[in-house]
Amino acid sequence: MSSETVNSAAAPGARSSVRAIIQSNLRDYGLVVALLAIMVFFQFATNGTLFKPVNLTNIVLQNSYIIIMALGMLLVIVGGHIDLSVGSVSGFVGAVAAILMVEYDLNPLVAAILCLGVGALIGASQGFWIAYLKIPSFIVTLAGMLVFKGLSLAILGGRSVGPFPPEFQMLSAGFIPDVFGPITIPQGEAAPITLHTTTLVIGIAIVLAIVYFSLTSRASRERHGYQAEPFALFAVKTAIIGALILFFTYTLASYKGIPNVMVVMSILIAVFVFITRMTTLGRRIYALGGNAKAAQLSGIKTERLTFYIFVIMGMLAALAGLIFAARLNTATPKAGQGFELDVIAAVFIGGASMAGGVGQVAGAVIGAFIMGVMNNGMSIMGVNIDWQQVIKGLVLLGAVVFDVYNKNKA
Amino acid sequence: MQDRLASNGQSMNKTILEMRGITKTFPGVKALQDVNLDVVEGEIHAIVGENGAGKSTLMKVLSGVYPHGSYEGDVVFEGHECHFHGIHDSERVGIVIIHQELALVPLLSIAENIFLGNERARNGVIDWHEVRSGARKLLDMVGLNEDPETLVTHLGTGKQQLVEIAKALAKEVKLLILDEPTASLAEKDSNALLDLLVAFKKQGIASILISHKLNEVSKVADRITVLRDGKTIETMNREEIGEDRIITSMVGRSIEDRYPGRTPQIGETLFEVENWVVHHPIHTERQVIKGVDLAVRRGEVVGIAGLMGSGRTELAMSVFGRTYGHGITGQVRMNGKPVDTSSVKKAVDAGIAYVTEDRKTYGLNLIDHIKHNVTIANLVGVSRGGVIDDLAELRVANDYRARTNIRSSSVYQLTGNLSGGNQQKVVLSKWLFADPQLLILDEPTRGIDVGAKYEIYTIINKLAGEGRGILIISSEMPELLGICDRIYVMNEGRIVGELAGNEASQEKIMRAIVRGEGKTA
Ligand SMILES: Nc1ncnc2c1ncn2[C@@H]1O[C@H](COP(=O)(O)OP(=O)(O)OP(=O)(O)O)[C@@H](O)[C@H]1O
Ligand SMILES: [Mg+2]
Repeated sequence: MSSETVNSAAAPGARSSVRAIIQSNLRDYGLVVALLAIMVFFQFATNGTLFKPVNLTNIVLQNSYIIIMALGMLLVIVGGHIDLSVGSVSGFVGAVAAILMVEYDLNPLVAAILCLGVGALIGASQGFWIAYLKIPSFIVTLAGMLVFKGLSLAILGGRSVGPFPPEFQMLSAGFIPDVFGPITIPQGEAAPITLHTTTLVIGIAIVLAIVYFSLTSRASRERHGYQAEPFALFAVKTAIIGALILFFTYTLASYKGIPNVMVVMSILIAVFVFITRMTTLGRRIYALGGNAKAAQLSGIKTERLTFYIFVIMGMLAALAGLIFAARLNTATPKAGQGFELDVIAAVFIGGASMAGGVGQVAGAVIGAFIMGVMNNGMSIMGVNIDWQQVIKGLVLLGAVVFDVYNKNKA
Repeated sequence: MQDRLASNGQSMNKTILEMRGITKTFPGVKALQDVNLDVVEGEIHAIVGENGAGKSTLMKVLSGVYPHGSYEGDVVFEGHECHFHGIHDSERVGIVIIHQELALVPLLSIAENIFLGNERARNGVIDWHEVRSGARKLLDMVGLNEDPETLVTHLGTGKQQLVEIAKALAKEVKLLILDEPTASLAEKDSNALLDLLVAFKKQGIASILISHKLNEVSKVADRITVLRDGKTIETMNREEIGEDRIITSMVGRSIEDRYPGRTPQIGETLFEVENWVVHHPIHTERQVIKGVDLAVRRGEVVGIAGLMGSGRTELAMSVFGRTYGHGITGQVRMNGKPVDTSSVKKAVDAGIAYVTEDRKTYGLNLIDHIKHNVTIANLVGVSRGGVIDDLAELRVANDYRARTNIRSSSVYQLTGNLSGGNQQKVVLSKWLFADPQLLILDEPTRGIDVGAKYEIYTIINKLAGEGRGILIISSEMPELLGICDRIYVMNEGRIVGELAGNEASQEKIMRAIVRGEGKTA
């Protein structure tokens, strides 16, 4: 999954075997395999409902806000902290959005920007205590969880406020326009399939881009005399990823195409992968979580960095709150409750360490999808909500046990 | 009675431990290869070897940290083949290991620490009377005159080390393993500890001693086993032991000179500290540094000598981004101009780097690999517009790995898995890459083998040759005498003497300390 870890098995110059690489990346591959296994399982258990275009679209819509918050939570947890307040904060921001748009008739775009600002402010106010006054994040955000839960009740006065203006609803209910126009494939006897062409084009473009960039980065490594992973492994990996993306976009295309939220979500995922893997900011966050004292003595402004992490988290919680409100088309005092648990679980299933310094964006996203697919699949199967909780809890425990076991063995 | 006498009579040559054909591999590294070791009853058996030779790994195999099955070969203790699955298994038969990183709980008392995991209790209720009197007895045995109720956090490293040994004695130890016990001890404490090992011999307790301080080893060891690159080279007997002989065996060639030669080219003043006063961070009314003035010129290697607790580290850290202390006053100048060093970033920007004495706590991100650790203090040097250039970073990491001769499978080895000496080289590389004008080195050769020491001195000379200033804090006086152009002597937060390198001697330094003591008293 990551060229960084892939190369860790190989000394420069030495020949690395495919087996060694797979072994040293067991965790990454295991996660992908687990997601695929869970999907295949539910595909059968739900008699093929899971992969129906409408359901796949639904899974994306249902999980977008969890994934978006998981991105921020990953930074928080890698930095050695935790944020318990994200659910309440997202609910509160949804309430603020409803008041602004429904009661004050504010322009949705302006209101949304204001709401993101509110999120940043909330993050800053919590980050201040954590970063500069060294109050444990667990305590500060536990307090925040209560405060913002209470505040959303207070400003909504216990009612639900809605509906939102149609432009705002588009954030969660809309799909990207088909600029190329749909194509229809006749199916003989059965009803013909209409495909969202733009979605297909985007899917193909993404696959081509992935192939191009991984090939050039491989070539540049080799040109500089550093070893890349064996070509066979590289080819198989890229082919699987490409096939998955094509399948996924094809399925979406045969419904209404790519949802607007998915665009937002994908851009954010790309940005966070970029930040964590390629930028000095990301590197400093890992250093902070790995050994805060050493990071500080290396000239990293650990306090300011911690503060920023919480500001980012606040903004993402706000964005998630907007998406959720737009999806329900009302703001309710109960919105966002319990989200923090799904978000934190996603990050830990994705391989992050409680102690900080370890974790990947891709892991957190896959972790969120694992939770999302299980939620969706079990609901379709009619598993009761109580048993759903039990099973999700066990999966979280299992994932972390697998991690710890793996680490001890190494 | 008869039996006991008989066994006592032959105790000096009865083998109690035999390790045969031990091989241990980590992904990409063969740490031990067919290693043999035997220890006879009541001897002090030293193990020496370069950094990464496999000494600590061998001891971890012996004490069950690496469980049976994770290595090849046999461990035979008192005639029984042992299959340890953890420390408690080895402790049960009387093998106790004291790791280099002390494993005491700081906020528990001495007595509680001594009986931790081995509580004097009846039905789970601790018998405090027995704990206290038992601890008292053990403290007497190790010669530590402290109240058993004292919290461990209030003890210095030397005394903590003695508590560790008392803790081992509480477990009825037959074989005591000490991994670099004296690395961070002052000479007086080291001697006390070594005397203790000698006293244990008389009670039939054997010890395995790992150390890079060859003078100590040659003083107390009955036999020495030398490891090189994971293999046993030889085991020397008492009469063969000599420092030069050990070195030759360790590095595989003889080292003529312990300190590389250099013709100093000293320029104008680079770094000055004037009237530097620092208060204790908690007891804020207490002065720790009491008005220090010092200067380093370009191309000059300056040492600070002094006893443990004389304020040398505190001085360095308070200058470097105020990372120690409270109510700091005074002035720092670089190239004659006052500079602001109030944060680490500002100090680094002003051209100052500080290599910590405590690499695990303050120097490294142990869960990350060498590459990321080397570049973290100068990410700007491998990035453009905040985006890291992966290949440039890899090139830098490989370059510094080669320059400081870090022994690892690659730059992707986790620093937590490196041997102590190689960890030190990673910290050094990190600061070399930050390209400082003034490099402050705090105990730079602690826990480092002779060969690597030579390499580090060579690096220091090269940096000085480039016109940088070097300030070295060291408790090893021969080292300061061997490499410094000028030596400050510090005592109780003051500079009490300044000696030119070619005139200085251990006696003069000690005399300055004693004289300083008279003044402050
Ligand atoms: N967990 C591990 N994973 C990978 N390699 C390891 C691990 N532990 C040790 N090594 C490697 O095994 C070798 C021996 O290490 P060891 O710590 O035994 O050296 P040492 O002789 O104690 O050195 P020093 O004097 O520096 O403490 C080193 O090359 C080290 O990098
Ligand atoms: Mg060691």
